[in-house]
Amino acid sequence: MIRENIRMAWLTVISHKMRSFLTILGIVIGTASIIALMTIISGVTDSINEEVATFGADRMTVQIEDASKSGVSVAELDRLEAIDGVRSVSPTTTQQTDVYVTGQTSTQSVIGKSNSYFDDSTVATGRGLTPVDVSQQTHVALLGDTLAPSSEFSMSTDEAVIIPVTTALQQFHQNTIASFDIYTEAGQSETVNEAVTQQLTTAFNGRDTFTVTSFEDALASIDQINALLSMLLVGIASISLLVGGIGIMNMMLVSVTERTSEIGLRKALGATPGKIRQQFLFESVLLSLLGGFVGVVVGGLLAFGLTLVMGVPFTLASSTIGLALGFSILIGVVFGYIPARKASNLQPIEALRNA
Amino acid sequence: MTLIEVEGLTKTYGSGDNEQTVLRGIDLEIQEGEFVAILGPSGSGKSTLMNILGCLDGYTSGRYRFGDKDVTGLSETELSLFRNKQIGFIFQQFNLLPRLSAYENVELPLIYQRSSKADRQTRTKQMLTRVGLGDKLDAFPNQLSGGQQQRVAIARALVTNPSLLLADEPTGALDQANGRQIMELFHDLHAEGKTIIMITHDIDIAREATRIVHVRDGKIEKEERVR
Repeated sequence: MIRENIRMAWLTVISHKMRSFLTILGIVIGTASIIALMTIISGVTDSINEEVATFGADRMTVQIEDASKSGVSVAELDRLEAIDGVRSVSPTTTQQTDVYVTGQTSTQSVIGKSNSYFDDSTVATGRGLTPVDVSQQTHVALLGDTLAPSSEFSMSTDEAVIIPVTTALQQFHQNTIASFDIYTEAGQSETVNEAVTQQLTTAFNGRDTFTVTSFEDALASIDQINALLSMLLVGIASISLLVGGIGIMNMMLVSVTERTSEIGLRKALGATPGKIRQQFLFESVLLSLLGGFVGVVVGGLLAFGLTLVMGVPFTLASSTIGLALGFSILIGVVFGYIPARKASNLQPIEALRNA
Repeated sequence: MTLIEVEGLTKTYGSGDNEQTVLRGIDLEIQEGEFVAILGPSGSGKSTLMNILGCLDGYTSGRYRFGDKDVTGLSETELSLFRNKQIGFIFQQFNLLPRLSAYENVELPLIYQRSSKADRQTRTKQMLTRVGLGDKLDAFPNQLSGGQQQRVAIARALVTNPSLLLADEPTGALDQANGRQIMELFHDLHAEGKTIIMITHDIDIAREATRIVHVRDGKIEKEERVR
């Protein structure tokens, strides 16, 4: 019976090729957008995760609010560095000031750093800061790429001048540091986060005037944004699926009206109302499933092209395909039900009269 | 043995001012193996009578027994199964499904019966051979002549081996020669013991039967035995 139903549904669908095609177009567009969006979003997420993993997943940043009143002293940093699981602490203190380079004056960021900054950054020519530079407040400087084309730092310090943090504090007439990075041992970021928070709370006499942001936090919020974005986009795509479903319902209702005599004949030959309902449900599910298949192919190709252009990894998860096809079947059943019920409720005599 | 027993059957369509009585008390008895023609002009109620006898339509009052079964009060599903087993329909316009082959058209009632594939194959081929179309199994209706199409329809009506063949103007859409062939087939079936009820407005066709029931204005006007 099932095989006959599938065969009948197929015969009906291919006997109205143009109409069937237009009917499934909504489902195709809906499924294709869901597939493409989900694939692209997961590709972007993967590439962000990958980048974060290579650039310091074990890093957290501490920012002191209202730094003019209460920063952290260098001695305090040493105490933080002693916490279990902390690899190093890298302070940052920045000042905009006039810099003279090869006879030219320009306003640049002068950043105070410690030797630990150079654990993660490379120096093109010359040397990085050493513990001695920090403890002796030596007058040395590293120039960013733009200032001195022969030396190279990471992107964000290209236009900056880096000097030992202690020298910076002295030169800028400051004695506390407003911001620093903590590098942790792998997998220790959570415990370190707690310990650092506790110690700073004690140091600030219980005032909560600092924020600790670990990269894991940042990652979590990126994930959250991505999830929200996915939901939004998939929601929009679902509306298109809904419209596609209405299209199928419309076509099926027309089909029931056109085929009143066929329905009547089948009933005369012994088809029960249940069998007729089944036949029409098979037809609407076949239509929506066809739309789903075409949509998966189109969406997959679209996603492949876009990820190639965007330079993010392309992975078409089987769960995504399954979800899209499952959704198609659901739409076929939901929107096919009313037409199928209408067909099954036709009286054989009414139906045959139209012959 | 009595196959069909109808008593005081009435049928009214609509209600109130639009009420229209089509059958006004039909009493009819048909024995197994009879070949009965129900003859009447259009509007006489003969088609309504055929629909009721074929369990395609309900009736307003009266009693209808088929074999030892009272058909009154059967559900839609039960009626479908009953028609499938007991009644073979033959229509004026053949009513074959155009996208199915001759074989598939004849097979259809057996599919609704959930017969096994092997069983369906044997019976379908046997029946198409019986009506002289053993070589046209894969032909589609539009590749067959009117007479051939009607023979496919007859094979379809016979394939479940029903107790009753119910034919509505079976030769109405055919030319003389093809109509003649169909009537010969009916005679053969009758000779084999099939019970046949044939609805017609054509007295010459009606005379092929063994008994003619004249219907006029929703009543049986008279019955005559032809042979």
